[in-house]
Amino acid sequence: MSDASTSAKGDLQLRNITKTYGDFNAVDDLTLTIPEGSFFALLGPSGCGKTTTLRMIAGLEEPTAGTIHVGSTEITDMKPYRRPVNTVFQNYALFPHLSIFENVAFGLRRRGIKDVKEQVDKVLQLVELPHLAERKPTQLSGGQQQRIAVARAIVNRPALLLLDEPLGALDLKLRRQMQIELKWIQTEVGLTFVHVTHDQEEAMTMADTIAVMNEGRIEQMGTPADLYDNPQTAFVANFLGQSNLIKGNVVATDGDSHTVDLFGQKVKVNKNRSVARDSSILFGIRPEKIRIQENSHTNSGCVLEGGTIVDVSYIGVSTQYQVEMPWGQELMVFEQNDDGIPPLAKGDSVKLSWEPVFSFGLNGHEDASAGSEVNPTEDE
Amino acid sequence: MKKFNRWFGKNLIRIYAVMGFTYLFIPIVYTFVFSFNDYVRSNLVWRGFTFDNWTDPCAPLDICPALGNSIKIGLIATAGATLLGTLIAFALARYAFKGRGIVNTLIFLPMATPELVLGASLLTMFLDLGFNPGFWTIVIAHVMFCISFVVVTVKARIASLDPRLEQAAMDLYANEAETFRRVTLPLVAPGIAGGALLAFSLSFDDFIITNFNSGTTITFPLYVYTHAERGLPAQANVIGVSMFLLALFVVLAGQFVGRKRKVSA
Ligand SMILES: Nc1ncnc2c1ncn2[C@@H]1O[C@H](COP(=O)(O)OP(=O)(O)OP(=O)(O)O)[C@@H](O)[C@H]1O
Ligand SMILES: [Mg+2]
Repeated sequence: MSDASTSAKGDLQLRNITKTYGDFNAVDDLTLTIPEGSFFALLGPSGCGKTTTLRMIAGLEEPTAGTIHVGSTEITDMKPYRRPVNTVFQNYALFPHLSIFENVAFGLRRRGIKDVKEQVDKVLQLVELPHLAERKPTQLSGGQQQRIAVARAIVNRPALLLLDEPLGALDLKLRRQMQIELKWIQTEVGLTFVHVTHDQEEAMTMADTIAVMNEGRIEQMGTPADLYDNPQTAFVANFLGQSNLIKGNVVATDGDSHTVDLFGQKVKVNKNRSVARDSSILFGIRPEKIRIQENSHTNSGCVLEGGTIVDVSYIGVSTQYQVEMPWGQELMVFEQNDDGIPPLAKGDSVKLSWEPVFSFGLNGHEDASAGSEVNPTEDE
Repeated sequence: MKKFNRWFGKNLIRIYAVMGFTYLFIPIVYTFVFSFNDYVRSNLVWRGFTFDNWTDPCAPLDICPALGNSIKIGLIATAGATLLGTLIAFALARYAFKGRGIVNTLIFLPMATPELVLGASLLTMFLDLGFNPGFWTIVIAHVMFCISFVVVTVKARIASLDPRLEQAAMDLYANEAETFRRVTLPLVAPGIAGGALLAFSLSFDDFIITNFNSGTTITFPLYVYTHAERGLPAQANVIGVSMFLLALFVVLAGQFVGRKRKVSA
């Protein structure tokens, strides 16, 4: 038992992992390397295969195809209790017949550690629940149970900790606090964390690397900033933050930028920020990068004219506009309320402008709305 | 009249409860009271109060050996039925094997078959096999009909068990045997205990099947039956009441432990 947990070290590698239920691919030919000691977030909509992926890493589910390695050791067929892996389950799975103390001590005892008290007390201190040690799990609130589930896993200091939405049941304040704790534990002890979450803000603030998952596949992987600034697919652009995606055609290329025709108006995008394969392009710009002005103004950079404001929501630090363009599409604009100019009103005619460096280009044959209907920002 | 109606409406549930409990408990109270009867030959008429029946329950010839047989048979049959029934329940709940559906149905058969038929068939079988009816044929018969009840109770308990708890145990370095001992068994234990209690009371109580397969062995129900015509000694009431009190104690203790488990540590 403990032999495996100490010997197997190194990067976690999933190679061509597939999991099929009947004729449905829950996880579809997934290849992924998670560097040792990193904080890796798996982000994706409900049902995209996150839990299934974690369960295969933990050994609770057998992959239909593919292999899993930790360093050079293959663990694909290893029993769960031999793997240097611990899991924080999505539904906690605390043992109802054992006290909180014994729940947390479970892993230590199974590895033959006699003197568990000090370690258990320490980790209970860490999750701020030492006073509940003698209770039973049913006597705890959802958030408390969740913290015990985290404690029960991290007390073992596994080489690899899998967290399946470990903070979902906590209120915002506690969640932020636990995020900081977890991040601290991870860096302090140098564990590898694989953190599954719906909450993109959580993923962005905590993770070194984020993989955005969709329908059993990885859509894109990278640092939070890289994913946000350089989305490669419409799904990522819409799922991580919000994006305006406009169908267009590349009509000219000069130097390092493409000129794109958007329903008769010309804008520019950097060549190296576009992944369009041919002249058909999905032109992208984030709502907060856009300036909104009345039609009379003159602008630098890219400009789109002929917009009409159809909705205004004032939310304190910023104002959100829905602007209908001449070709019927509504674009989103977030304006910081830092210029002392009163917000524009519904019905105003406006033009939109932005610096060309902020625009990005996606493959024009993609569905522009992919990922937007599952965007969970609002309900988190 | 109006006042009465209102009072009646308010207390309807209470009246109903009192009537229900009266109906349930009068026979038991009757048994209890007559265990103190200073009886002669038959215990049908109240002849005066005495503690003699309680201080010397073994006075009537054969009553205590019969009780002893019943307890022995009950314990052995319970042990056998609980062990086999629990194993069957795990097999049915956990493993998908060929014919699982059929076994699931067949396991109900002993519960559904009339006892008279079961008892008579068993006797035929024992005689055909050359077994002499007696203590062990009773045990075998009891194990047979108790198994179904144990399977049903334990299976319900296993079905309500979250498989992720066992997975969590495995994830926390417990191998298969440890997972079973530390997580599965403690969680299924109340079901097994319930099945065992049920098995014991069914076995202790059984008259029909036992009567066919007893040979010369006398169990407590057989004793009561054979003596009912000639006059049952009040000691039978003493034993009956004692069994009732014992059962009550077990149930209350079970509830107490269950509540304590929930409330405090
Ligand atoms: N045992 C199973 N049998 C059949 N289908 C399954 C099974 N387990 C999962 N699935 C399916 O596989 C897909 C992926 O499930 P999974 O639990 O991995 O989703 P998830 O990404 O964790 O979602 P959530 O964010 O809601 O937890 C889902 O469509 C689900 O219905
Ligand atoms: Mg999940």
